[in-house]
Parts: sequence; C-alpha cells; structure tokens
Amino acid sequence: MFERIWRAAIAPLVAAAAAILISSIALLISGNNPVDAFVEMWKTIDSTAAVIDIINTAVPLYISGIAVAIGFKMNLFNIGSNGQYILAALVAGWAGAEVSLPPVLHVLFVFAVAMTVGGSWALIAAVLNVTRNVNVVVATIMLNYIAVGLSAFLLSEYFRDSENGGLVAQTKVMPESARIPPLDPIFEFFGFDFGERVDLLGFLPVAIALGVAYYVLLNRSLFGYELKLSGMNADAAQSAGVNPKRMVLITLFMSGAVAGMIGLPFLLADSDFYKYGDAFPVTLGFTGLGIALLGRNSPVGVAAAAIVWATIEVATRRLGSLGIPPEIGKILQGSFLLAAVIAYEVVRRRNDAAAAEAAAAATREERTPPPTPEAAPIGATS
Amino acid sequence: MSATMDATVAKTERPPLISSQRWRLVALVMVGVAVMSTARIISDNSDLTSSGTFGVALRTAVPIGLAGLSGLIAERSGTINIGLDGMMVMGTIFAGWWGWEYGPWMALLGGIIGGMMGGLVMSVATTTFGVNHIVAGVAINLIAPGIARFMASELFVGVQGGSVTSSPGNSGSMGSFTMPFLSGGELFGWQTPDIFGWFEDTGWFMIADAAGFMKGMTTDITWDVMLAVGLFFGMAYFLWHTPLGLRLRFSGERPSAADSLGVSVHKMRYLGMAISGGLAGMGGAVLVLFANRYQENQVAGRGFLGLATMIFGNWMPAGTAAGAGLFGYASGITLRTNPEDLVNALFLAAAIGLAVTAMYMAYRRSASGAGTVLVFSLLAFWAYFAVKEPNNQLVFVTPYVVTLIAVTVGAQRLRPPAEEGIPWFKGMQ
Repeated sequence: MFERIWRAAIAPLVAAAAAILISSIALLISGNNPVDAFVEMWKTIDSTAAVIDIINTAVPLYISGIAVAIGFKMNLFNIGSNGQYILAALVAGWAGAEVSLPPVLHVLFVFAVAMTVGGSWALIAAVLNVTRNVNVVVATIMLNYIAVGLSAFLLSEYFRDSENGGLVAQTKVMPESARIPPLDPIFEFFGFDFGERVDLLGFLPVAIALGVAYYVLLNRSLFGYELKLSGMNADAAQSAGVNPKRMVLITLFMSGAVAGMIGLPFLLADSDFYKYGDAFPVTLGFTGLGIALLGRNSPVGVAAAAIVWATIEVATRRLGSLGIPPEIGKILQGSFLLAAVIAYEVVRRRNDAAAAEAAAAATREERTPPPTPEAAPIGATS
Repeated sequence: MSATMDATVAKTERPPLISSQRWRLVALVMVGVAVMSTARIISDNSDLTSSGTFGVALRTAVPIGLAGLSGLIAERSGTINIGLDGMMVMGTIFAGWWGWEYGPWMALLGGIIGGMMGGLVMSVATTTFGVNHIVAGVAINLIAPGIARFMASELFVGVQGGSVTSSPGNSGSMGSFTMPFLSGGELFGWQTPDIFGWFEDTGWFMIADAAGFMKGMTTDITWDVMLAVGLFFGMAYFLWHTPLGLRLRFSGERPSAADSLGVSVHKMRYLGMAISGGLAGMGGAVLVLFANRYQENQVAGRGFLGLATMIFGNWMPAGTAAGAGLFGYASGITLRTNPEDLVNALFLAAAIGLAVTAMYMAYRRSASGAGTVLVFSLLAFWAYFAVKEPNNQLVFVTPYVVTLIAVTVGAQRLRPPAEEGIPWFKGMQ
C-alpha cells in the first residue's frame, strides 16, 4: 500500500522540487529573494477566504482537464478544447438568456446547449478523421481558431445584447432561473461562516459529479475498458473487436461535450459574469491540457493537479506588494508541468523495464537451458 | 484494396493535360496570374494585384513561412513540434529585449537564440526522455507565455514606454533594399528607372499584375525578410543536397536504419530541434521588427498557422512557402486601406480560380472532385455578390478553413516523414 502511494508520489515530488528550484533561480537572476517570495505565497493562501478562492478557481480547471483526459486515455489528442468551450459558452450564454424556463429546467437547458455545441464542434474533427483520415491534432487546432473567429463574429453580429446600447460586445445577463446559487448557506447551516468577501460557487458539486462519472466510466463500464485498451494498444484493441472509428467518434464527442461545460461556472454560478463577454476567460482549454497531463488523466490526479494549479495562481496574486512580479507563478506552473511529464515518463520506463525484467527472469527459470543473457534487454525495450 | 482502386482510377481518369511537371507548374502560374488579373479588371480594384499589396503580403507571410520551415525541419528529423508556437513567443520576448537594448540586428539574433532555447528544452524531453511529442509541445506552449510575461515584467516595467505587455520599442530600424533599374531603387544616389512600376501602371491584362507582383517582391524589402527568404532556399539545399541533411531526414524516416549505418539519431534530432527553435524564434523576431516592439500575444497562433502551411505544403519547402504566401496574402490584405473591397475582390478571384479548377477536373473525368470544387466556387461567387462588407473575424478564419479543406481533400496524397513522433532509443527495431 505504502509502496503504491510512494510510487505514485515520487514523480510529482521530484517535479515540484525541480519547479521550485527553477523558479528560485529565475527569482535570483531577476534580483529577488526566493525565500521572501515563497513565505509571502504561503501567507497569502493561509486563510479560509484563500482556500475558497482556490476551490473556485480549480473548478473550471478540473472540468477542462477531464475534458481532454477522456481523449488522452486513448491517445486521442483533443487540442481543440479551447475552441469548443468558447463557442459552447457563447451559444449557451445567448440561448440561456433568450428562453424563459422554470429554475432547474433552465439550468439543465443551458447544460444541454453547451454540451451539444462543444461535442458537435469536436465531432467535426472526429468525422474528418474517420472518413478522410485527417489527423485529429491538426483538425482540432484548425477548428480552435475557426471557433474563435466564428464566436467573435456571432457575438458582434447576432448574439450581442442590444439593449445595453450595444456598445459592449456581450450576451444578455442570465435570468435568475438559470443561476446556480453559492453553497455558503449550506455550510452556514453547519456552522461554517466564510465571511462576506467570498462565496463558495455552486458549481463545485457539478465538478465532483463529473469526476465520479468519469471514474465510473473508466473503471466500471465496457466503454471505459475499450477506451483504455485502445490507448494501450490500438492493434490489440481492434483485434479484440473494438471498432476504432466508433471509438474516435464517441470519445471526441464526449471530450467536446465536457469541454462545453468549461465556461458554465462563469455563466451560471459566478456573479461577476452570468454572461459571455469581453472579460470572459478564453484560454482555459489550453490550461486544461496541462492539468490533464499533470494529473495523468486519472479522476483524482486531475483534481489534485487543478488544485495545485489554482493554488499557485491564488498564492502569487499579492506578490506585487513585495515588488516581486506575480508572473513567477506562470514559471512555477510551467516548469512543474514540464518536469512532471519528464518524471512520469522516466518512472514509467523504469517500471516497464522492471516488469519486463521480472517476466524475463520467470521465463529463464522455467526454461532449460537458459537463453542468452542479451536476449532479455532487447525484449524488454521493444 | 488500394491496388484495385488505383486501377479504377487509371481507367476512368484522363492523364493531365500537360505531361511535363515543369511546364505544368508554369501553366499553373500563368493561369493563376490570369485569374487574378480577370478578378482585378472585373471588380475594378487595381489594389488586388498592386505592388503595395504584394509587399505587405510578403511581410505578413514571412513569420508564417518561418514557422512552417521550423516545423518542417523538426518533423523531417523525427520530432513533431507542436511547441513551435511557444518558441515563437520566446523569440518575440528576446527580440523585444535585445532590440530595445542593442538594436534591430541583435533583435534578430536574440529571437533566434530565444527560440533555440525553447527547441532544445523540448528536445531534452522528447529525444532524451522519450516524452510524447504532443505532450511536450503542449507543455512548451503553456510555459513560453509565462516566461515571456515574467521577463517583460522584469525588463520593461518602469521603463519609459514599456509595460508588462509591451517593450519600449526597438532602438533604430533595419535598413531596406529596393532593386535598382527594375523597381526604381537608388544606386549611389542616382534614381534608377522603375520598369516594373511603369508596367504596373499600364493596367494591361496579366502584364500589369505580374509586374505588380515583381515590384512588390523587390521594393523596400527589409534585410530580415530577405534573410528569411534566403533561408528557405538554404534549408531546401541543406536538407536535400548535403550529407548532414540526408542524415537528418534519415532520422525521421527510419531511425533504426540510420543508426545501423552509424548516424547518431539523437544528435540529429537535437540538431533538428535546435534549428527548428531558431527558425521559430526568428519568426517571432520578424514580428517584433515589423511592429518595432515586443507586444504580448504578438504571435497570435502563427506557430500553428505555420504548422498548417507545412502540412498544406506536404512537408516540402516549396509547398510550405506557397502556403505561407497564400495565407500571408489573405491576412496581409486586411492591413491595406479599404480591406473590405479587397476581400470582396478576392472572393471573385477565388470563385474564378475554383471554377477553372472544376472545369479542369471535369476534363480529367473526376466527377466528384469537380462537383465539390464547383460548390465552393459557387459559394465564393455568392460571397462576392452578397457580402459587401466582409466581417474581419471571418477574414481571420480564412486560412484555417483553407487548411482544413486542403487536408480534407488532399489527406490521401500527403506524406509525412515515416517515423516522426515516435520516441526512439538505441536498440529499438
């Protein structure tokens, strides 16, 4: 048990150490004191308000990470989640403000629109791949920029809120019935008070439900089995009866549908937004790629990655008061990510080699006479 | 399966109208000029093929082309370089820094060095540690903007004219060159005749357009642009006519075979990524030199656009250059005065060009191909008559749509390096 945890933790720990080292060097080169910086970062996150802030920041990151993790599980790289969620958030924001529905139904309607738009946009790449053999990475990258241009066009020409004088390019504000209230009252009922300054946004349960659904899909469903099998060995999966085209179509649609939800915490649960407009975050899809890589596509790992990412984001916000550029957070995140993907790969190869060595040793014992010594390593690496 | 398909294709399709590949290329260029000229005369917009337009097109094409060339050399050596967009970002910040401190030439050098560092870091991950190339590239793309922002906040904040999103501006600008005798450049202080300019002003069918193109290519060309164009020829020569270039391509096609012949695959892949990063960074530096300063998000996805041109150009320098030229023209015209009229005229040119293509395909009895192209041609005609004020956002989307169509139509004919993207270690089969 402990060995398993240790095995899983060693790579991220090494990566974290490398990230701290690299950021410290960057701070030293730029003439700042790394110790001061990290102490200030710790002070910043050492409060209830900061923890709430971290959770709120982590929720869309988690959804974004899960969206691409679904595809990554079968080596299907949906680089286009950014375009998918921007288009989905715009259309859902517009459609949600146009209709009037009873409270819960209204929220479900916005979800349905966002997931359909995101999924359909990803499906374009899937259809091009299975019918015309177009590379998924290339297709999703192109569709990213097409989505950005298309949503800017749709917003300025058709979906803009004209009642505000139409000067600001934004959709109408969501009506009350489409909003998910903050979770504070529930916690206050049990005696926790977060204070006036922060609200625990109501989208957290959705993210948790998504994580559980992803876990069940991966580990308790036939589709999840086929998904993992296709990722580990596409040829073996095909000869075991898994239809690769069907897998690409379904997986990319699901990935896009989940990506469609990335913008919903802002549209439905964040009182600073409730609409799609200029200040809307537009790079969460790209960040999600990093979160998924960091969390190794597992439901729990991606959650941990999203929280780490959000923690760095929140912790560095007040560094400016010390004269240290808050952008050091980006270096910290980036070097952590790069070190982590390298560390994961090294550990994976080590484990594979160890497993192959054990298997080779087992065969040697069974067989007489023993095979030539060189035979084992070659079999191990291929 | 494919053999029978080839057989049926051979039975129904007619051979090309011109059998010599060289003359086919000449004919293609002639038809292209004729189409542009016709569109210019019908739409009565001489700016469509003016030297000014082509000059701007070249300027906007160069960063895209450098990104494409960057992707090309990386993939030829076996590494899929999704991270080149990030390397371009590294190029812009270093170019902005050195351009401000030391001047334009150092900006160019700084850009190359900045990009090269990105390329080498990525190569450590992909070549030495065997990290999945897409994964490593994504990581580089996420890190680079962070590094740029950190450096900008350290370097430019508090300086006159500088901020976290912009450098104070380059000190001095790079000189430019105009061809004497042909485009009216000065020679030892003497104003030479402007032959291309004279032909351009006549407005003659095809001749004026060709002259406009030639003048645009030879007027006020800054040295960084000229260097970039030269690099295209240099890289093509390097990859296909030198032993080192052969080894580099070998490492992308058959690393194990290359290794068995004594080529160090890892060394070649590092070299490929160093050059790739340098070219991407230089693309970023060209952007900085054009804007005369570093600006945040200056790259704006041009790295990905470069990857698109590389795929569009079938992993060949000439094809990549053609793709970059096309995209450069499409985005360059939006920088001209009255871009709406120009885009409108371009719709007409696209419609005529696609109609001619459809006719040719019909001649070759490719019914489905001719039908598809005809549909796009009619769409372009509709756009010419209906869309009088094209939306900027939709113009921005054009190159990506064109690439998507190109890879969809031509995916079967595209041939990437055989073993690109597969981590390779000694002893692998």
